Amino acid sequence: MEELIDGIGASPLRKEGRAKVLGAARYIDDLSLPDMWHGATVRSTIARGRIRNLHFGNEIDWSEYTVVSARDIPGLNTVAHLTNDHPCLASEYINHPDEPILLLAHPSKTALHHALKAITIEYDEYPGVFTIEESEQAVAAQDAERIIWDGSQWNATANCFKTYTMYSGEGEEVEAGLSRAFEEADYIVEGEYSTGAQEQLYIENNGVIAECFRDENGDVESVCVQGSMQCPYYLVHALELVFNLPEEKCRVIQVETGGAFGGKEDFPSVIGSHAALLAMKSGHPVKLVYDRAEDMAATTKRHPSRTRLRTAVSREGKLLGAEISVAIDGGAYSTLSPVVLSRATIHAPGPYHWPFLRVKSKAMATNVPPHGAFRGFGAPQSLFGLERHMDKIAKTIGISPEELRRKNFLATGDYTATGQPLVEEVDMQKLLTRALREASYHEKIARYAEENKTSPIKRGVGFAAFMHGTGFTGSGERRLNSQVHLELLPDGRPQILVSSTEFGQGTNTILCQAAASALHLPYDLVTIAQPDTSRVPNSGPTVASRTAMIVGKLVQRASEQMLHTLSSFAALPENHTSQQFLEAARRYLAEHGTLRESVRYEPPTKIYWDDELYRGDAYPGYAWAVYVAEVAVDTRTYSATVTRFDALQEVGRVMHPVLAKGQIEGGVAQGIGYALYEKCVWKNGHMANNQMTNYIMPTSADLPPIHVHFEEVPSIHGPNGAKGIGELPMDGPAPAILNAIENATGISFNAIPLLPEDIFERVHSLGHPHGGSRELDPNTDRDTRVEETIA
Amino acid sequence: MSKVQFLLNGQQQSVEVPPMKRLLDVLREDLRLTGTKEGCGEGECGACAVLMNGELVNSCLIPALQAEGTRLCTIEGVSTDGHLHPIQQCFLERGGAQCGICTPGMILATHQLLDKYPNPTMEQIQEGLGGNLCRCTGYMRIFESVQEAAALNPLAGK
Repeated sequence: MEELIDGIGASPLRKEGRAKVLGAARYIDDLSLPDMWHGATVRSTIARGRIRNLHFGNEIDWSEYTVVSARDIPGLNTVAHLTNDHPCLASEYINHPDEPILLLAHPSKTALHHALKAITIEYDEYPGVFTIEESEQAVAAQDAERIIWDGSQWNATANCFKTYTMYSGEGEEVEAGLSRAFEEADYIVEGEYSTGAQEQLYIENNGVIAECFRDENGDVESVCVQGSMQCPYYLVHALELVFNLPEEKCRVIQVETGGAFGGKEDFPSVIGSHAALLAMKSGHPVKLVYDRAEDMAATTKRHPSRTRLRTAVSREGKLLGAEISVAIDGGAYSTLSPVVLSRATIHAPGPYHWPFLRVKSKAMATNVPPHGAFRGFGAPQSLFGLERHMDKIAKTIGISPEELRRKNFLATGDYTATGQPLVEEVDMQKLLTRALREASYHEKIARYAEENKTSPIKRGVGFAAFMHGTGFTGSGERRLNSQVHLELLPDGRPQILVSSTEFGQGTNTILCQAAASALHLPYDLVTIAQPDTSRVPNSGPTVASRTAMIVGKLVQRASEQMLHTLSSFAALPENHTSQQFLEAARRYLAEHGTLRESVRYEPPTKIYWDDELYRGDAYPGYAWAVYVAEVAVDTRTYSATVTRFDALQEVGRVMHPVLAKGQIEGGVAQGIGYALYEKCVWKNGHMANNQMTNYIMPTSADLPPIHVHFEEVPSIHGPNGAKGIGELPMDGPAPAILNAIENATGISFNAIPLLPEDIFERVHSLGHPHGGSRELDPNTDRDTRVEETIA
Repeated sequence: MSKVQFLLNGQQQSVEVPPMKRLLDVLREDLRLTGTKEGCGEGECGACAVLMNGELVNSCLIPALQAEGTRLCTIEGVSTDGHLHPIQQCFLERGGAQCGICTPGMILATHQLLDKYPNPTMEQIQEGLGGNLCRCTGYMRIFESVQEAAALNPLAGK
C-alpha cells in the first residue's frame, strides 16, 4: 500500500510542533555556550544632541567589564540597510532616544544592571522634531536647527528619506486628465487619515549569542551569530561591513524564533552586530537578550502615517480621478523606510480603477527610534486612508458603500494603477457578494438601524475591500535572485536547504508540503535544515508574503529536478512508493556520494518594471480580500468593541488550511489591536509606555469570533497555485472597523488607534468647540466657556 | 542564600538560591528547565506560567522563597515518557501553537482551566486564558484546541 501523501491542501502536523508543545523547542535565551558572558547596551537619554562627556562611576571595578564604543569597530560604523546613514554605535551625535552608545559585557547579568546605572553621559541638547508635521515645518521654514537629517549626502533632500510620484499613465497626460476630471466632477471629496505607530510585540524579545574567532596572529578571522531572526543573510551583510570581513567569514544561524511579524527583519542587524563586537573585544561568547522594556523602547515599530485623498467622482458613483499623498514617519535613520513607502504608494489606489491618478509619497525623518518592518509594510497605512475615504465618498454622493465599490472594482483584464495587466482571474464582485452574505451584512444594517434608536449600545457593520502584492516589489525578486537547494540525507530522505525561516507562520511545514507533493512522497519523509548560512543558500529574506509563493515554487522546481535525476538514474516509476524512492536515493548516493539539486529564481517572462517611472508589473501576484467587521459602541463607556469578524480572501490554492486560518486569524487580531487598542505614547521621541502593562494588545477575552473564508483561484506563480498570505490580514481590519463604527454612530473617525478617550472627546465636542474632557477639568472656567460658545 | 525545597514535576528538589531570586530564573538557570519562558517580566503575558499547588501563577512574580514546600508543575511535567498529554496533542493538531513561545504557559493555563471546568463554555475559556498573551494565533485555534481537549477529557460530561 502506498502511504498517504500529506501534500498541498492537506493539514499535516507542523514540523517543529511537537517540540513546541513539549516545551522542548530551544529559543535563543534557552541556549548557553561555555564561558559565555552577557551583554548590555548603554543608550541615549535625549532625543537629539552631541555627546559632551562620558563618566564611568568609580563604585564599579571596570576592569571586570568589557566596554565597546564606536572606536572599537574594525570596519564601518554602520548598520547595513539601503543607505549607510545608521550608525552601529553613536560616536558623537545623538539622533533619537534610546540610541546605542556603548556596549558592556560581564560574566554576570546582575552585575551589568549595576554598571549601566554607574555610567552618566553629558550632552549638548539640540532641538528635535517628533512628528511628520514638525519635520515638514522645519523644511518649509528652512529652520536649520531642525533639519535633523541632511539628505544631500544620500541623494535625498533635507528631513526626507525618500519620495515617489506614481502616475496611472504618462505623467503629463495624467496631469491634464486630472485637471479635466476635477473640472467635470459632480463631487470633489477630500479627506485626511492617520495611523499611529504599532509595536510588533512578539512574545520573545530580540536576542542573539555571538562568537568571534581569531587566527594565530590574533586577528579577527570570523564571527558567528545565532539568534532570533527572520533574515539570516541580512545579518551576514551587516557583519561584513562592521567587521570588514568577507561574506563566508560571517556565519549566521537562526534558532527557534518566538514571533517576529517584521520586528526581526531589520533589527537583528543591530543587535547581532553589537553582540559580535562584544564577543570580539571580550574574548568570550556573548549573549545579548533584551528585556521587554528595552525591546519596546529601542527596536522598530510600524511607521506612523498620514494619507490625504482628493477625489473626483460622478453623481453615479464613478471614480474619475484621485490625487493621493502619503507621508510616513521614518524615525531617525532611513533603514527600510524607502521600501515601506514603496508598498504604501503602490497599494494606495486599492482594488479600483482610477482613470487618472497621481500618488505622491514621502518618508520623513524624526527624532524617534527608526521605524521598521511590520506585517503589511506600508500597505495597512495607505489602505486605511483609502477604504475610509471610499465610505466617505459613498456618504457624500448618497449611494451605499457597496454600490460605490461595485462600480469601480478592478477585474480580470483591467490594468492596475501601475499599468500592470491583471492576467489571472480577479473577481472582487464575487468576493464582495460572498463576504457580505457570510456576515449577514444587509440584514444587520437594517436591524441595527432600528435597534440603535432606543439602545445605549450602538451597533454597526462595515467592510473593507483590498489587495496585497506577493513578493518583492517590481524588480526586487530579480535582484534577490533567490537560490534553493535540495539534498539527499545519507538515509535517502530529501532535505530542503533555504535561508527562509520559521517563526510561527509555518515555513517549515509548507515548504516540506511543496516538496512532498512534487516528489510524490509522504510529508513525514521530507525534512528541512536549520537556517545556517554556512550550509544553506540565500533564498531571500522571510518577508513580503514571498515564502509560500516564491520560495515554495523554487522548492517545487528543485523537487521536480531531483525526481527527474532519480528517475533517469534508477528508472523510478511514475507512481513510485516511498520505499522505491528511498532505494533509488541510496543507490544514487552509493554511486555518486551526494545529490544536491540547486535552482534559482527565474523571473516570469513578460514581467517588466520601470523603477524611474514607477510603472509596470509591481508584483508577480496579488491576494484579494473583503473583510467585514461588526462593532458595538457603548455610549456610556465610550468603548468600541468588535463583536464579529468575517475575513474572506482569495489567496490562490490554500496550502495548509489549518495554518492558513491561523495566519488570517492572527493577522486580524493584530489589525483589531491596531484599530482599537494599541497606542504608542511618545514623550520627546521616547516610547513612554514601553511595557505590556500599559501598551495594550488584545487578550483572549477581547476578540470576537473571527470567521475565515477562502476562495481558491490557483495562480501560475506559486507551487500548485498558492499565493502569499502573511501580510494580507493586517490590511483590512482597521478600515473595516472604523467604517462599522461610523455605521453604528454616524460619526466619522479617521485616525487610529481609536481609544475610548478619543471617542469621548469627539462625542462631547460635537457642536461644542470647548467640550470634551475640558468640561471635566476643575481648572476650566465654565462661565467663560459658555460665553465663548454663545459668542 | 537560602535552601528552598519543593516538589517539581513529581520529583523532590532542593536548591540553594538567593531568597528573592525569581522562581522563573530558578527553574531556567538553576534547574535548566527552559520550557518556562520569559515574555515581559511583569506578570502580564503568562509565558512564564507554571502550576503551583494546582494554581496557575506567573513564575516571574514569585520569589524563590515562596515556592518552599509547594508542588510545582512546569511544561516539562505535562507529558509522560515522551507521550504527549491530550492537551498537547490537541494544540499540535489544531494549530494552537504557532511560534510556540506562549505555548508552554498556554498549555498549563488550559490544564488548570479543564481541572476547574471539564466542559468549559467559550466565556470560561476566554476568561481562563485571559492572562496568557498570544500574538500569533488570534486565539481562535487555541480555543479550538481547548475545546477538543475538553471533549477528550475523561472527566468531561461527569
